[in-house]
Amino acid sequence: MSVAVPAIGRPRGAPRAGKRWRARVAYYLPAAVVFVLGLVVWEVGVGVLGDAAFVLPRPSAILAALGENWGAGRWPLAKAAMATLSEAIGGLVIGTVAGTIAAFATARWATAREVLLPVGIGASAVPIIAFAPLMNNWFGVLNPLSKMMIVAVLVFFPVYVNVVRGLVQVDASALELMRSYAASEWTILRRVRIPNALPYFFTALKVSATLSLIGAIVGEYFGGANDVLGRAIVQSASALRFDVTWAAIILGAASGIAAYIAIVSVERLVIPWHASVRGEGP
Amino acid sequence: MTDSATGGSTTAATSDAASHVVEIRGVDKTFARDGRVVTTALQGIDLTIGKGEFVSLIGPSGCGKSTLLRLIGDLTEPTSGTVTVNGKPATRARLDRDYGMVFQAPVLFDWRTVEENVKLPLEILGWDAGRRQARAREMLELVELQDFLRHHPYQLSGGMQQRVSIARALAFEPSILLMDEPFGALDEMTRERMNQEVLRIWERTGITVVFVTHSIPEAVFLSSRVVVMSARPGRITDVIDIDLPRPRGFETREQRRYFELVTAVREALRHGEPRDAVGSLDRAAAEGAIG
Amino acid sequence: MAGTTASAAGLQPVAARRTRAEGASRGRRAAIWLALVVGLFALWTLVKALGGVPWRPIGAGPGSEMIWNPPFRWDFANDLNLPHWWNIAATLVAPVQRGADETLLQYLAGAAFYTWREAALGFLVGALLGLVLATIFVHNRLLERALVPYVVASQTIPIVALAPMIVFAFGPSVTSVVIIATYLTFFPVTIAMIRGLRSPDPRALELMRSYAASTREVFWKVRLPASLPYLFTALKIAATASIVGAIIGEGPGGVPDGLGRAIINFNQYYITGPEKLWGAILVSALVGIVFFMIVRLVELAVLRGRPGAAEG
Repeated sequence: MSVAVPAIGRPRGAPRAGKRWRARVAYYLPAAVVFVLGLVVWEVGVGVLGDAAFVLPRPSAILAALGENWGAGRWPLAKAAMATLSEAIGGLVIGTVAGTIAAFATARWATAREVLLPVGIGASAVPIIAFAPLMNNWFGVLNPLSKMMIVAVLVFFPVYVNVVRGLVQVDASALELMRSYAASEWTILRRVRIPNALPYFFTALKVSATLSLIGAIVGEYFGGANDVLGRAIVQSASALRFDVTWAAIILGAASGIAAYIAIVSVERLVIPWHASVRGEGP
Repeated sequence: MTDSATGGSTTAATSDAASHVVEIRGVDKTFARDGRVVTTALQGIDLTIGKGEFVSLIGPSGCGKSTLLRLIGDLTEPTSGTVTVNGKPATRARLDRDYGMVFQAPVLFDWRTVEENVKLPLEILGWDAGRRQARAREMLELVELQDFLRHHPYQLSGGMQQRVSIARALAFEPSILLMDEPFGALDEMTRERMNQEVLRIWERTGITVVFVTHSIPEAVFLSSRVVVMSARPGRITDVIDIDLPRPRGFETREQRRYFELVTAVREALRHGEPRDAVGSLDRAAAEGAIG
Repeated sequence: MAGTTASAAGLQPVAARRTRAEGASRGRRAAIWLALVVGLFALWTLVKALGGVPWRPIGAGPGSEMIWNPPFRWDFANDLNLPHWWNIAATLVAPVQRGADETLLQYLAGAAFYTWREAALGFLVGALLGLVLATIFVHNRLLERALVPYVVASQTIPIVALAPMIVFAFGPSVTSVVIIATYLTFFPVTIAMIRGLRSPDPRALELMRSYAASTREVFWKVRLPASLPYLFTALKIAATASIVGAIIGEGPGGVPDGLGRAIINFNQYYITGPEKLWGAILVSALVGIVFFMIVRLVELAVLRGRPGAAEG
């Protein structure tokens, strides 16, 4: 609901494109400088560190390891990243669908909400990682579905809690307005509650994006098929090939960020009207 | 210019039973908690509003003026007594879509453009797309926002948002427009402009308006009748006919009669206050400033 | 709906009404929770009764008499995938190993306490680190823009992946585990506190400015108090995260006394005794919930009297 009441007068025009672009560059400049400086210090400084340098190879060495192990070698990283990413996305989809269905099924009944919302919040207090071995046992340690289910459980609760909130936390005046139209519950759901829940839904998805990658890798860590990032990390670290370990870690992080960016892009398409998207910042 | 010449408005004196739009008989409204009455919001309310009237409800905070408006609109039910609208119970009138509502907040939906917001009630009423489009444009022209069809609410000023909200309320041609302090959040200058706008729309459409406000000048300027209420418990203490000529405009606010009527309403408000009149007026003002 | 209608109609003393409503519903909420737990166990039993393998007495071998023969055979409900809860209970009170005088429950309780201590240490260090970082970022926009992206990016790195290297760099010890728990803890606190320290009403900051208050005074008297609700929201997340971090870290950290190692061990012997892993997992869940509740209790005490303090 439009809570923000901007100044009276003409509608706010968008700043000129060129000006906005320059502002954006200026905004991100410090981060970019830190990035470059960090790489340089890392590259040069590693020699000074001695022993620890073993754990933290030079960026150039990591890049080389990434190239070497991209499609070949003992740890084919590209293939591993794809496998892990598909586990993560599969789990993200399963968990999101289940969480959304559960939210829709229970949001209408105040009692169900009263019971399940605290459970949903309480469930986030359970280290779900501990269930990873169980999932491996249930769905088969070699079956990617076991990793997907770990991710799904991890994703389920934030999605459930957020969607319920989005469906329920509707401006009271908006509901009165709909009542004055003698609108049916179904109409209210379709025209008010669901659009209202969309920003909450995307918030949950954004949290879940990186969570899903982490969940998949943690699942792999408790055993599973080879040629996944988690195994590559464990095996290369125990072989003291930390350059490969870092290359795998960077691939994992990059996959998580890619998933996040994908969701933000969809969000911009679906809810361009929401404050989080039209963002007052750059 | 005489008042009968414009907009088909009739004053309470000339309206007969057949043209009553709103009829409230012996209405009490109490809020209870754990079975005990906590607040008596309204007590012994009798009020009749004729077709095409512009009636303002005015009173200190807590006098139940908003509750009375919501009773008419069937957003809440009376504890006892009856509310009849267009000759039928208020609930029936709501189901027949007799009401247009305008709240203090514009209550526009962020995810809809200005035009889509105005179309919302028409979609719910099942109008076809062509008719919806034509009517939305017509309504936005009425509130002079035809150039902002594709804008989103957040791109508009507070006054413009409220105009969209009025256009939306009128879109499906309800027989009665309920406005709950619609301009309370606007600055004085914008508020006066909006008052002018509402009068213009009222004169063009001939719709019956019930208008809640805590501004005396606003009530006098707009209304054909001002209903003065007092708090604890909420009662109607006076009904003042506003016989200012129409159409009203900038110069109306400078007329001698206007000032007399403003004074009359102010006196009525003071008269309606309980013994510690000054204290509770201050309190009311303070509450009004906070809430 | 009824509540919002009444308050919109001008029934004002919201705070008073809220506390009374809580008092009334607290007992009901406890009853609901109890019903939920009982319902869960009932469902568990029902699934076993419908699709499990034949029921036998506790501790008896496969050849012994059958108590109940379920009409269906569901894979996920067999004794390996879903043990009887009473068998898990029986395993918990049985000796952890043949001939040991310690029960599994005692062993797990010890491990849980050990893990919790590591987690709590990481939690404290991480929360402090988060507070310091957020304070710096709030007072220096340039540093914020330069560094916050990396604080965010740090959390896209799966901590399990870093664990082997942290262990290699710091040695297989409790230190490594605490560092891992810290790594997971500092992030939510940093992000929430940046928002929390910026949350005061601009008019409150202008008021302080009119007093010519120093930055330090503004921080202690306005920013920090205003940020407390944000802090506790983050701390509740961090409490769980620190437990996760400790459990994960104990594996490669080679710490033998905690829950992480217990989970890995019992996972290896799952075929012969699934009840032990289930027991370890249930205890892990319990530790997470208990730590969460501790933070919640502190929150209730600290934020007492603030509007909305009693909600989730």
